[in-house]
Amino acid sequence: MTIGITDPEKIRTTVYAVIERCGATQDELIPILSEINHKLGYLPAEALDEISHLLKVPKSQVFSVASFYRMLSTKPRGTHVVQFCESAPCHVVGGREVWEELQDQLHLQSGETTRDGCWTLVTTSCLGICGVGPVIMVDEDVYGNVTPAQVKDILARYM
Amino acid sequence: MKYYRSHVLVCVDPECLRKGAHEVLDSLQDELVAQGLIDEVQVLETSRLGGCSNGPEMMVYPEGVHYSGLTVDDIPYLVEEHFLKGRVVQKFIAPTISFADEELSAPKAKEVRVVLRNCGKIDPENIEDYIAEDGYMALAKVLTEMTPEQVIDEIIRSGLRGRGGAGFPAGKKWQLARMNPGDVKYLTCNADEGDPGAFMNRRVLEGDPHSVLEGMIIAAYVIGANHGYVYCRAEYPVAVRTLNIAIQQARAFGFLGENIFGSGFSFDIEVRKGAGAFVCGEETALIASIEGKRGEPRPRPPFPAVKGLWGKPTNNNNVETYANVPQIILKGADWFASMGTAKSKGTKTFAVAGDVKYTGLIEVPLGITIREVIYDVGGGIKDNKGFKAVQIGGPMGGCLPASALDLPIDYESLSSAGAMMGSGGLVVMDDETCMVDIARFFMDFTQDESCGKCTPCRVGTRRILEVLERICAGKGRDGDIETLEMLCQDIMATSLCGLGQGAPNPVVSTLKHFRDEYIAHIYEKRCPAKVCKALITYAILPDVCTGCMVCARNCPVEAIHGERRKVHTIDPDVCIRCGICMQVCNFNAVSVN
Repeated sequence: MTIGITDPEKIRTTVYAVIERCGATQDELIPILSEINHKLGYLPAEALDEISHLLKVPKSQVFSVASFYRMLSTKPRGTHVVQFCESAPCHVVGGREVWEELQDQLHLQSGETTRDGCWTLVTTSCLGICGVGPVIMVDEDVYGNVTPAQVKDILARYM
Repeated sequence: MKYYRSHVLVCVDPECLRKGAHEVLDSLQDELVAQGLIDEVQVLETSRLGGCSNGPEMMVYPEGVHYSGLTVDDIPYLVEEHFLKGRVVQKFIAPTISFADEELSAPKAKEVRVVLRNCGKIDPENIEDYIAEDGYMALAKVLTEMTPEQVIDEIIRSGLRGRGGAGFPAGKKWQLARMNPGDVKYLTCNADEGDPGAFMNRRVLEGDPHSVLEGMIIAAYVIGANHGYVYCRAEYPVAVRTLNIAIQQARAFGFLGENIFGSGFSFDIEVRKGAGAFVCGEETALIASIEGKRGEPRPRPPFPAVKGLWGKPTNNNNVETYANVPQIILKGADWFASMGTAKSKGTKTFAVAGDVKYTGLIEVPLGITIREVIYDVGGGIKDNKGFKAVQIGGPMGGCLPASALDLPIDYESLSSAGAMMGSGGLVVMDDETCMVDIARFFMDFTQDESCGKCTPCRVGTRRILEVLERICAGKGRDGDIETLEMLCQDIMATSLCGLGQGAPNPVVSTLKHFRDEYIAHIYEKRCPAKVCKALITYAILPDVCTGCMVCARNCPVEAIHGERRKVHTIDPDVCIRCGICMQVCNFNAVSVN
């Protein structure tokens, strides 16, 4: 995952490969978008154009779906995506302090990406592991029972 | 099936995996092979055993020994001692054994496990384990002995109601979908468990996926559907994986596919993953999302039973509703109806979270009181603090005060008290929680998750949030409470779907039960729970302060002044109310007002 892929060839081959696997029908649109988002880190405008063309679905519709779901991003994301669970069970066991520490450490507000393209900080809906709140997720790794003091160490593992 | 003298359950929850559960599993397999024990000891992957805080962890049966904190290097010794010499290795025993055991072993006193009966006990990735627990027996009975009408009659008599929250009688729903004419019908399973704090469905999908599939196949036979979808949220990758494995195995055994049990009935299931949208838990939004569209609800009627997926009659139920079905068929409607209250039958799973001693999953008969759940099953409030409120029903539920503790948990009692059953999230809050802040918090969630289609929900929730943020920031003004009440009423009356109609509930319920806190914030500029930062000040008690300078050294903004061995003071204009001084003071000399 790198920030702001501009290589149109890579975008094209990724889109073709994913659609080949999923099938070119509208009901596959969300699986297709999810997989491309996972492979490229986000959904570049060129990819959305290509999907619209191949699925014969209007561009407006492809974009409206891509912008609706929280896990799909139409903006480039950092190499590491830090997700903070902002749900009530995490909130009442000290989530707010962890969130403030994350913002301080990364110098980011929710939804922002660092200039060097290293980090993106976002909030996520409940991850369902509320027994060990507060919970954060860095890329695919889940951390439970997080305290503000641990934030620095956790982030350091990805530097 | 093979006979094993010992079963080892290794937790493969995301947290344990991160700590190396896979490596431990591999090493365990290798070592058992090396010692020639692989035919005597069965190794199973399972979901959460205890807390995972000290993973990787495993459970060994029949002894019921819980090991944790294992590394690959520990495995040869463990295998030699435990499985070869038969000696329990004390040093690996999980420190929290009393609690960790309770999650898995016999349920706590007031629990009854129906939906969760197999979770943690069987290998979810092995269909034979499920079959050994009478799995797919109900399906066989339905397909060979019962007509669809008889099944509907049995489910109606059992009193099973939708476990997704609304509580519509499941049998009636099936009847509607069956009656509606159409060559093609669909069945959907709502596994988009988006309520913060609710993870009952995840656990069922990860621990006992076949019970859900079996319930779905029975429902499909009844309504006449040949294709079904499980719509699972993408936040649950393990559940999606387990489900897919279960579906493959069910196909291989002939429980899914063409001509099931030679009955002429054919049905297949596909898993659809969401992409992060809370509103997709609403059934019409869920259907739109499966079709590959924006997950926006549409007005009902027509109900999905008439016009659902791709315009065809569709039956949609929640994971837990389907998981109850095989048990009802096998044990009978009377057995199920013997649990619960007059109108709410059976059991309900709850995910207990927040300031309670034992957080986690429970399953209790309906009609149990909130007090029993919190104190008898949940062990009471953490750190011996006082109880303040319990939030039941997810973000659209309500906050209930201490006076509601003896309320029985059933659909009607909760609704009339201003909360709701919801999908089963139960967040307990202690007396250091600010209820205005909590209401603000829930509104922040719902306004964020509002899909934006209808104005009352899109704009209304935003307006409520603005007022609440102002109140928490110490800028509340006369008339705010009245504005909130008006907004809540309008949004509830005019929103399109359950999200908007329920969104004001946290505000309505806190205004009803904790009005004095709103008044304190607005008129006295005071946060009684000392949570809202704009409304609190930190001060040093001159009689207690020893002048040790610890607070001054730790203050991130240098707001604390004073010389060594002299009383310090905090400059309120510089202070950012981070509370660090209070945490570091060894003499409890910092007070908050």
